[in-house]
Amino acid sequence: MAAVRIPPTLRAEVGGQRELEAHGSTVGEVIDDLVERFPPLGSQLLEDGQLAPFVNVYVGGEDVRTRDGLQTPVADGDQLILLPAMAGGS
Amino acid sequence: MRLYAKLEGQNPSGSIKDRIAKAMLDAAEASGELQPGRRLLEPTSGNTGIALALAARLRGYPLTCVLPANVTSERRRLLELYGAEIVESPGAEGSNGAVRLAIELAERDPSFFMPFQYANDANPRAHYEGTGAEIAAALDRVDVLVAGVGTGGTLMGAGERLRESFPDVLVAAAEPLPGDEVMGLRSLDDGYVPPILDVSKLDRKLLVPNTEAVSGLRLLLEREGVFGGVSSGAVVHAALRLADELDDGVIVCVLADGGWKYLSADFWDATDVDTAMGRSVWW
Repeated sequence: MAAVRIPPTLRAEVGGQRELEAHGSTVGEVIDDLVERFPPLGSQLLEDGQLAPFVNVYVGGEDVRTRDGLQTPVADGDQLILLPAMAGGS
Repeated sequence: MRLYAKLEGQNPSGSIKDRIAKAMLDAAEASGELQPGRRLLEPTSGNTGIALALAARLRGYPLTCVLPANVTSERRRLLELYGAEIVESPGAEGSNGAVRLAIELAERDPSFFMPFQYANDANPRAHYEGTGAEIAAALDRVDVLVAGVGTGGTLMGAGERLRESFPDVLVAAAEPLPGDEVMGLRSLDDGYVPPILDVSKLDRKLLVPNTEAVSGLRLLLEREGVFGGVSSGAVVHAALRLADELDDGVIVCVLADGGWKYLSADFWDATDVDTAMGRSVWW
């Protein structure tokens, strides 16, 4: 099981929870597990089978877009963090 | 392992943004988009506004900065001292809110010229020609470049330039983990990815919580006597994490600003740094 931190923007879709547990050995499988349990998340997190452009996913504190995307491995006990894309420091 | 730090806080207005402020105004003047008497408008969490305020003051352009309401008082004060007008955006929306509001204002009033660092090619070009070129000239070897990701300009521009001299260089971004209080977006569609940022050109992108950024900041100060800002601490944290993965090599850390603009912050003595910092935009 992985722990998934949910950003404020999506908490309404998951009953207000800040952190959820989810099954999966890849980021894609974890997202699929979440979407199966909370269907409104699907259109927020995925677009044409890929990560939606304005959401970032991190495993072990690293953006999965610079690893293997949805194929990035997830081990038991890993923490995933979902974040909205933010205009950065400037 | 050798770690080098490029101290961009030594620039005229105190941050790396002096490079892009000059570059964006130079480019706009050269193209004719910016002419005497035109007003400038820019969304900023502080440093770019301050850099633009200095450059605009010297060139005679009035400047309006759209700034999240929860930045440190030093940033606001410096903008005022340089003569910039400030329009506040909701603190809960972070820099995304400043971008959104600035775009609205610019669309409503075409007399504004908005350099718009998030989509202005002069931004990464300044880092290609300046930041990256300077690093390449100074060092015989660079294995890793670490910089904070805000607009993406430093990583895109300096990264591209360093790849020309050191083809195997790993370009790594340090990214802030925002507090819940500054992620108050209505939906993920309110998110924002700077057009100049191409994540496929990053080799690594590491999330750095505020606690770790402050630890890095203290390490810099206590071990090296370098007084960096919050993003500098985050960059050092990311650099040390990457250093642990390598047997040897040269890591260059770009430290975007000094710690001066954070002196009023309450994280210095906080027992719970994340709570102390969660309500504000720091970099």
